[in-house]
Amino acid sequence: MTIMSERVEETAVDEREPALSVRNLWKIFGPRADKIIGTPDADLPRAELKRKTGCVAGVKDVSFDVAPGEVFVVMGLSGSGKSTLVRCLTRLIEPTAGTIRMDGVDVTTASEAELRDLRRKQVSMVFQHFGLLPHRQVIDNVAYGLEIRGVGKKERRAKAAEIVSLVGLDGFEHSYPDQLSGGMQQRVGLARALAGDPDILLFDEPFSALDPLIRRDMQNEVIRLHRELGKTMVFITHDLQEALKLGDRILIMRDGEIVQIGAPDEVVGAPADDYVRDFVSEVPRSHVLTLKWVMRAPRPDDSMDGPVMSCDTIVRQAAKAALASEHPVRVVDSQERVIGIVDDDAILRVVVAEEDHA
Amino acid sequence: MSTLAPPRPGAARPDKSPPVEVKRWVPSSRWAWALGVVVLWVVIWALTKGNDTLALAGRERTGVHDALAEFRDSVIASRADNPLIQLTYEIGSWFTSVVDWLQRMVSVENFPRPVPEIGWLGVTAVAVWIGLAVAGWRIALLVAASFLSFGIFGYWSDAVDLLIVTFVAVAIAVLVGMPLAVLMGTGNRAVNAVMTTILDVFQTIPTFVFLAPIALFFGIGASGAVVATLLYALPPIIRVAGHGIRTVSATTIEATDSAGQTRWQRLTKVQLPMARKTIVVGLNQTTLAALSMATIAAFVDGPGLGQPVLDFLKTVNVGGAFVPGALIVVIAVMLDRTTTAASEYGERAARGGVDRKRRRIMLAVAGVPVLVCLYLSRTYSWAAEFGDSTWGPRLADAVNEFFGWFTDTFRDLTQGFKDAISTVLLNPLESLLAESPWWLAAGALLLLAFVLGGFRAAVPTLVCVAGLLYFGLWNHAMITLTMTLVGTVLVMALALVFGVWMARSPKVDLALRPLLDAGQTIPPFVYLIPVLALFGPTRFTAIVAGVVYAAPVAIKLVADGVKAVSPTTLEATRSTGSTTWQEVTKVQLPMARGSLVLAANQGLLYVLAMAVIGGLVGAGGLGYDVVLGFARSEEWGFGAAAGLSIVLLGIMVDRIARGAAQKTSR
Amino acid sequence: MRSPRRRLTALTSVAAGMTLTLTACGGGSIAEETEANEERAAEFGDCGDINMAINPWVGYEASAYVVGHVAEETLGCKVTYKDLKEDVAWQGFGTGDVDVVIEDWGHPDLEKKFFAEQGDGSAMDGGPNGNVGVIGWYVPPWLAEEHPEVLDWENLNDFAEEFATSETGDKGQFLGADPSYVQFDEAIISNLGLDFEVVFSGSEAASITAFQQAEKNKEFLIGYFYEPQWLFAELPLAKVALPPFEEGCQDDPAEVDCDYPETVLKKILSTSWVEEGGPGVELVQNFEWTNEDQNQVAKYISEDGMSPEDAAALWVEENPDKVEAWLPQ
Repeated sequence: MTIMSERVEETAVDEREPALSVRNLWKIFGPRADKIIGTPDADLPRAELKRKTGCVAGVKDVSFDVAPGEVFVVMGLSGSGKSTLVRCLTRLIEPTAGTIRMDGVDVTTASEAELRDLRRKQVSMVFQHFGLLPHRQVIDNVAYGLEIRGVGKKERRAKAAEIVSLVGLDGFEHSYPDQLSGGMQQRVGLARALAGDPDILLFDEPFSALDPLIRRDMQNEVIRLHRELGKTMVFITHDLQEALKLGDRILIMRDGEIVQIGAPDEVVGAPADDYVRDFVSEVPRSHVLTLKWVMRAPRPDDSMDGPVMSCDTIVRQAAKAALASEHPVRVVDSQERVIGIVDDDAILRVVVAEEDHA
Repeated sequence: MSTLAPPRPGAARPDKSPPVEVKRWVPSSRWAWALGVVVLWVVIWALTKGNDTLALAGRERTGVHDALAEFRDSVIASRADNPLIQLTYEIGSWFTSVVDWLQRMVSVENFPRPVPEIGWLGVTAVAVWIGLAVAGWRIALLVAASFLSFGIFGYWSDAVDLLIVTFVAVAIAVLVGMPLAVLMGTGNRAVNAVMTTILDVFQTIPTFVFLAPIALFFGIGASGAVVATLLYALPPIIRVAGHGIRTVSATTIEATDSAGQTRWQRLTKVQLPMARKTIVVGLNQTTLAALSMATIAAFVDGPGLGQPVLDFLKTVNVGGAFVPGALIVVIAVMLDRTTTAASEYGERAARGGVDRKRRRIMLAVAGVPVLVCLYLSRTYSWAAEFGDSTWGPRLADAVNEFFGWFTDTFRDLTQGFKDAISTVLLNPLESLLAESPWWLAAGALLLLAFVLGGFRAAVPTLVCVAGLLYFGLWNHAMITLTMTLVGTVLVMALALVFGVWMARSPKVDLALRPLLDAGQTIPPFVYLIPVLALFGPTRFTAIVAGVVYAAPVAIKLVADGVKAVSPTTLEATRSTGSTTWQEVTKVQLPMARGSLVLAANQGLLYVLAMAVIGGLVGAGGLGYDVVLGFARSEEWGFGAAAGLSIVLLGIMVDRIARGAAQKTSR
Repeated sequence: MRSPRRRLTALTSVAAGMTLTLTACGGGSIAEETEANEERAAEFGDCGDINMAINPWVGYEASAYVVGHVAEETLGCKVTYKDLKEDVAWQGFGTGDVDVVIEDWGHPDLEKKFFAEQGDGSAMDGGPNGNVGVIGWYVPPWLAEEHPEVLDWENLNDFAEEFATSETGDKGQFLGADPSYVQFDEAIISNLGLDFEVVFSGSEAASITAFQQAEKNKEFLIGYFYEPQWLFAELPLAKVALPPFEEGCQDDPAEVDCDYPETVLKKILSTSWVEEGGPGVELVQNFEWTNEDQNQVAKYISEDGMSPEDAAALWVEENPDKVEAWLPQ
């Protein structure tokens, strides 16, 4: 809980209004679930709560903010509540308590019409099992969101064609979903989500059902689209590699609760507890950690001839230059002040430890 | 009178998903308990046999029967100024005028014309053209052959009349049924439970019970026929389409919901299109149910092929009844194949598999001879009225000869078989059920329900047992239950043998399917006489009639279930060197257990649905009581009570079977 | 046949071929017949409609179609036949769906509901149609010939074992009939001390089949049956003598111990239809014939396989004097 509140304060520093802001969100499944929140029962572990009340806590008191243009990853094993969480964001699952704001709109109190409007224009979602309409061609699947908004056929097809080409499905406009491979179907799902030009994209484990190679392609595709379109993204996954690759920040969930929120290097460099530590133990640290995590404080006798690098440089990228130089690397912050020193030993510790591990 | 039967959605859509892992069939303690209950039952029965059986003497009636009859009488007495009857009568006369108008257009003479507005040639040409337009040339050929067979065998008007009544009834069934299906498909659990029970009642209540009231409320002739058909044909489309709407992929619903659709958009753009195939299956079931009412509708002067079937029954002319009966099968097959093909064709066309422009030109060109035929059929007698042909009588004679030979040859054999089954199975079981004191039989049924299906089976059983006692026909209900159980055993024996055979040999499957279709749609009145000749007017004849009607459904379910067993598992079994027998008994049947249970359940309900037909051939029991109520005005209350008892019996066995199946699958 | 164009040609040529062959063999023009019909309709007076219920047995059909044939061909009425069971037919009097039931075997309950004395008055007694129903216990001819003793009820117990079936165990089986008939056999059996049990055939067709098979296979069978019935032409069943009917011996259903009385079959008519009057009404009221007459027509239908229309026409042609007597004066 402490980690979380720190985080909230930290993001609040960002002067812009967050794209998505979640406060004290609860989802408890079962009879009279709303009565449980606020009682001591709410703090019980899952199994005990289930035994005592027959209710299951899906999401427990979750709060976070997502900045505009940020890729925010929610990671957890199955049953951790991450899919429930993402569905609560647009009230596909009705939250039990808490508030959600999107671009200043209070989602939790929105009327049915307002909610519909929000789903049509502001936020769209990509699903693990695609959820395409089997009786419609690709182009009409992509245009579906526009169609239900009442956009005319010509206009929506033109717009959909643009998006189809954006996700690299040129030539498949008139195919039916069952004629496409899994990866291509998910491209359709992606295109459908993009067609309405939403501010926020939600991804619910979109690539878990795909082959590893196709998954990598699709991840790169998301990175490319994010670069080109700059949408805010909330991305659910159970795959740590994926989380580290895509996320600006990562939220780790367990049993419905937040365990840690942080940038990839923070999660790897400073795991909040044993659970996270165990989780990240297999990660090639040199690929994730930045110099900030391996430097030592500068001493007066340090050589001033070594190369200068930013503290955000990833170890692996720094390694070659660092090892090539006879002098240790001087690490600087954004104001070009030297805040630390990284010598060969420090680099090797990270890289060699990894090899040992392997 | 396939009619009385409840083709449930289960029958139409057996659960296709094959069980993934092989579950070993371990006779659990439940079955041991059940056996214990039966043993205890037998012991107490031996001591108390013949007491408190609640058997009614010949003309004894209870207050409930009298109250029902009085209620009916008061409705009749009030008919001149009862606003409800006036309304229904109005609706009825509207049905009549629609049917009458259609008849004068295509099937009966439109006075002063000596023939209908459009004669056979024109009607056939238009029907073929429609077949071509909706489903391609193969179906067009099938339609042509079917329509020509109506005329060639001498039943042009009756066949077209049946098509008209079916068309009107099915159209209304769709109009009324689809909104209800949507309600069922989108409603919550309570809505579903209530609707399922209502549909159960509608599908198990014997038509004979409400035929006279229908005539009272809606009138005689086409109106009564349409309403009777409608009531029976409505449940399948509600059930099956509702099921289809309910089972649309939840992911897709969620995905499209997240795009911000309204409920209406969800229904029209996602749920209905995605459930289309199932809805077509429902439409098919509804059409077949409507056709199976043909002979029943003839009891209230409903136009159609049922009339000649009943006519020939008066002179016990099997061959004569066979010809119109077989034409009903022809119509059923034609409509079934056409709607199925039209659905596939429509999909192919939508997917660009059909060249639209060429198709349009082709249809336009094909329209020219159609117009010529229309003109001819309006102008010349030969094109308007089918000339006399001897095909019908010749076929009838051949059939008569065949059945004569068949009964003479096999009668000794069948009589022996009947006596054996009666002595070994029927009489002891009937003695146990019907000669037990009522409290013993009721208690045993309740205990069995509880042991096999838990509270979910025991509570409905309790309600049904109480209802049976209330309606005062306990003893007859037990007799009918006995016959139903024996019939189900025979049905399952056939289903296992033929179902496995069909599943293992595609050739056998191909050969048997049409026969099974025919068995399901041919009016039982057609084969009642030969069965009577073979077995005499006995309970066993009734059972055989039930088996003929129920076996096709059960065989199909078992065949589909066994076929659905994963080929990988089968391959693995073969690789261990199993014999065929081992393969069937150790892998295929255990893995198809879900289908077997479903087949037994359906078989039982179908056999029960034939109880009334059984009453017509010497079965006694509730079936005879219903027939009696229909035949004699003063016994209507008694017949109605018997009909309701059949409903209760049906719901009871269904819930026990379902409860047992659910517990087993867990 | 894959290419649509070839399909088109094939279709057109088939249609053309059909047109040619069919035109060649056909002759009559519908327009001419229509005109003739119109003229004929104008010639006849205003006879009106007759809605004739057809109850489901052949003898009934014979009477109904003979009356209908005369009404149509001689009087120019429009006759509509309606296949209905008795109950439903009686309901139809009040709604105008049914005008005539030509042969009624006695339905006290329906009379109570629909006759004027106690009911709504929608139906009325149209007088006897001349046929007399003989109800009783019958055995197949072979049995009557080989064991004439069975024709007396007092000997029946000696044969009880022979009559036993899988349905009745040690007792003799008595085949009850279609429930449309009022039957007292259970009471008669018990009151006469007979060692028999009633099994209801449930339908006329079942009874007939049972008697046919019993005759063919020389099996013992006794059951409820009745005359006039077409089956007698093929299979002259023999009647078993019961204690003769006396007035009042069937009043209490539980105490019946005598034979069934002879039933005078009558016509039941729609009151409003009779009030309208017309030649059709007079014809139906005048109609009366004998059991032999009806059996003749029934034989045409059942044994000779004629349609009821044709059978009626043939009989009317053969019996002009009888028909003459029914016509309105």
